[in-house]
Amino acid sequence: MITLAHFLTLGAILFCIAIAGIFINRKNVIVLLMAIELMLLAVNTNFVAFSRYLGDPSGQVFVFFILTVAAAESAIGLAILVVLFRNRATINVAEIDSLKG
Amino acid sequence: MTFDFPLLSFYLFGTITVLAALAVISVRNPVHAALCLVLTFFSTACTWLLADAEFLAIALVLVYVGAVMVLFLFVVMMLDIDLVPLREGFVRAMPVGLVVAVVMLVEMLTLIGIRSMQIPAPAEPAAAAGMSNTAWLATALFSQFLLPFEIAALILTVAIIAAIPLTLRRRVGVKTQHPAQQVAVTAGDRVRIVKMASEKPVDTGAAR
Repeated sequence: MITLAHFLTLGAILFCIAIAGIFINRKNVIVLLMAIELMLLAVNTNFVAFSRYLGDPSGQVFVFFILTVAAAESAIGLAILVVLFRNRATINVAEIDSLKG
Repeated sequence: MTFDFPLLSFYLFGTITVLAALAVISVRNPVHAALCLVLTFFSTACTWLLADAEFLAIALVLVYVGAVMVLFLFVVMMLDIDLVPLREGFVRAMPVGLVVAVVMLVEMLTLIGIRSMQIPAPAEPAAAAGMSNTAWLATALFSQFLLPFEIAALILTVAIIAAIPLTLRRRVGVKTQHPAQQVAVTAGDRVRIVKMASEKPVDTGAAR
């Protein structure tokens, strides 16, 4: 039988993989955005599991909203990325330092 | 021990999810990373199906695999990225990232606890309420969460409208046609009528 802890463990593993991805890919904005999507997915897994095991639909409604906001976030983030690449011809995070004093 | 098919399939989907997520953060090519992310989302949708969240599982596949990941692939393939400088520091940052991730994972697993492994699932709440998962979710969404639902729609509209002016640019010096200007043109824009006195030919005597 699948218990609540199975889902929570899966969510924790996914979240930690995303954290490690942010650490080891700090130069590449695209992989950073993908790691953020992975984190949101881990959180959504926890919401779905709690909704199932507590019998409360609010958890699934929240997953719905998180999906909405994540879609908007990645659309705007990728648009900013395109403009950035057009102006600077790079997506290397180390070279984006024009605000540095 | 009896044969537990849902548990076995959960382990299968979970293993695929974790392996694909590891591939997302470690492969060299961003296109491969995006494709591995698609696999991660798909297997996570399968585990959501095991948790009786049918509507959200399908929505995850449609919205993420169908729209967001296609957008990612478009952008990755559109940008001509030099991968070599993006990979520097990969090996150097690896130990720190691994340590932080493993420590966080151990802490979270401690909090989750081994005892909750014994808690079985209650009866499926939607079926207990006598409706499908979609109806169960929609009842909550359109009664209790109606205002947040409309705000979510507003956020999506703002995202669409914001993405267009961000990427829109007017290039100078290109020879594109503007049909609206062509239709709206009047005779006065094209022909200039100049008033001037009539002139006689000047007798220079060259003809003789």
